[in-house]
Amino acid sequence: MKISKEEVEYVAHLARLEFDAEEVEKFTLQLDKILSYIDKLNQADTTGMEPMTHAIPTANAFREDVVAPSLSNEAAVANGPEIRGGSFRVPKVIE
Amino acid sequence: MELNQLTIHALRDKLRARETTAVAAAESVFDRIDAVEGKVHAYISLMRDEALKTAEDADRRIQNGDQGDLCGIPVALKDILCTQGFKTTCGSRILHNFIPPYDATVVAALKQVGAVFVGKANMDEFAMGSSTETSWFGVTRNPWDLDRIPGGSSGGSAAAVAADECIASLGTDTGGSIRQPASLCGVVGMKPTYGRVSRFGLIAFASSLDQIGPFTKDVEDCAIMMNAICAYDPKDSTSVKADVPDYKSFLNRDVAGWTVGIPREYFQAGIDPEVLTAVKKAIAVIEAAGARCVEVTLPHTDYCVAVYYIVATAEASSNLARYDGVKYGYRAENARDLLEMYKKTRSEGFGAEVKRRIMLGTYALSSGYYDAYYKKASQVRGRVKEDFDNAFRQCDVILTPTSPTPAFRLGEKTDDPLQMYLSDIYTISANLAGIPGLSVPCGFSAQGLPIGVQFLAGHFAEGKLLQIAHAYEQRAATEKRRPAL
Repeated sequence: MKISKEEVEYVAHLARLEFDAEEVEKFTLQLDKILSYIDKLNQADTTGMEPMTHAIPTANAFREDVVAPSLSNEAAVANGPEIRGGSFRVPKVIE
Repeated sequence: MELNQLTIHALRDKLRARETTAVAAAESVFDRIDAVEGKVHAYISLMRDEALKTAEDADRRIQNGDQGDLCGIPVALKDILCTQGFKTTCGSRILHNFIPPYDATVVAALKQVGAVFVGKANMDEFAMGSSTETSWFGVTRNPWDLDRIPGGSSGGSAAAVAADECIASLGTDTGGSIRQPASLCGVVGMKPTYGRVSRFGLIAFASSLDQIGPFTKDVEDCAIMMNAICAYDPKDSTSVKADVPDYKSFLNRDVAGWTVGIPREYFQAGIDPEVLTAVKKAIAVIEAAGARCVEVTLPHTDYCVAVYYIVATAEASSNLARYDGVKYGYRAENARDLLEMYKKTRSEGFGAEVKRRIMLGTYALSSGYYDAYYKKASQVRGRVKEDFDNAFRQCDVILTPTSPTPAFRLGEKTDDPLQMYLSDIYTISANLAGIPGLSVPCGFSAQGLPIGVQFLAGHFAEGKLLQIAHAYEQRAATEKRRPAL
């Protein structure tokens, strides 16, 4: 097996997801099959090859630091599930 | 012909000649939607009231002499493109109620030239899929056979054009999500060069691969849509400051003396015999047009799907971290603390395929695995690009099948993610290399399912794709059929 149930549970925590026992079972099998397929990458010779992260050569895209209109506070928070005083409200973080 | 069946250029000519109005065109499209949408389900939401209002505005513009190609033309938008004040769901429960506070740059560009938005087209959730079966809002069916998938992820955009539920549409392509559904639905679809079209306001899936492009009823319309959406945009830091030609200028030009590369690796095991026959006929048409077809090799083709499913999922796992129930969209109820709220929100808000990809991407980026997966995949990605660089030293464009098979049946591949992934085998390489690709219809299977041929070119050579696709379309004179709905 390329990946264990424990690893699936650990990765789920990192990804802020949770699964029941049945889903963990299913995801473990499916991810194992996909990772086994992906193993074929090891057959490719990449000696001296730089990792390619951009399709088109890019440099930092700078612009002048000019003040321009931006979203109002009201518009910026309008989609929030819970809003109070122009801020997003979430469950208590610190006791 | 009904107005909703027309191409952009044919409808534009009628509008200019005052033979009809934009309002009549919009009404014709909505009549068609009322008649067939129950069967096809190409849309997540319709913009009926807004469309009739913008059509009235377009008619006034035309009265005042507006000669734009898209003024008054009914266009559908994939529901991944932000529309200010209008719900944009990305096919997901987690964004089921999201109202963007701004327009995507392409949406603003189409508004400016007077296009009339019909609605937001269905799609695989977060564009993750090849069949439009993972949408939270239900499946879209292929207008040519309602038991079959339209392709994906832009299946709604493709089906809407094929079923004449709009005149043209926009989709997005991360691994083939424009070209594959275009092929399976019998329409023209173009993925431009990475950086050619602004991604601002496109809800991100895999940022180094995503690109917006058009679905149209013919190649001339594709050129018209490209003229409207291609531009440098300071709001997208990966947008490229390259001159944008008038894409219509590439139409009606011959391809005599061109060299067309036929990549050996795209004609091996796994290709459906009817697809092979149709594509071989297309090669003969291109040769009859005076182009020389030569075999080329893209030796790393067999790695493309594996590279893609590491690079795309790694980027997705990062991009989708923002959906946490705090700022917008769905939030799970009754969470005791913040961590539980994140986990419940994401687990209830995302569907199985999105979770599978977030898991794969998170795993590939996690400590101890980064070098083995993400770094290795990025290196092989460089090899894939080298293959294309070498091939384009020998040829002007490359010709391949778009999809290994015609449209498959609903549910056929939903239980086997890997089989689903392999249906993108001919389209993924263009996204990895950042090059443009175009799919144009090249015939039908014995069962009456459309088949498409794909043209690929070097960076920013979309004009070449339009030139050869138009030359092909003119000469092939592929039988004009409409789906019987």
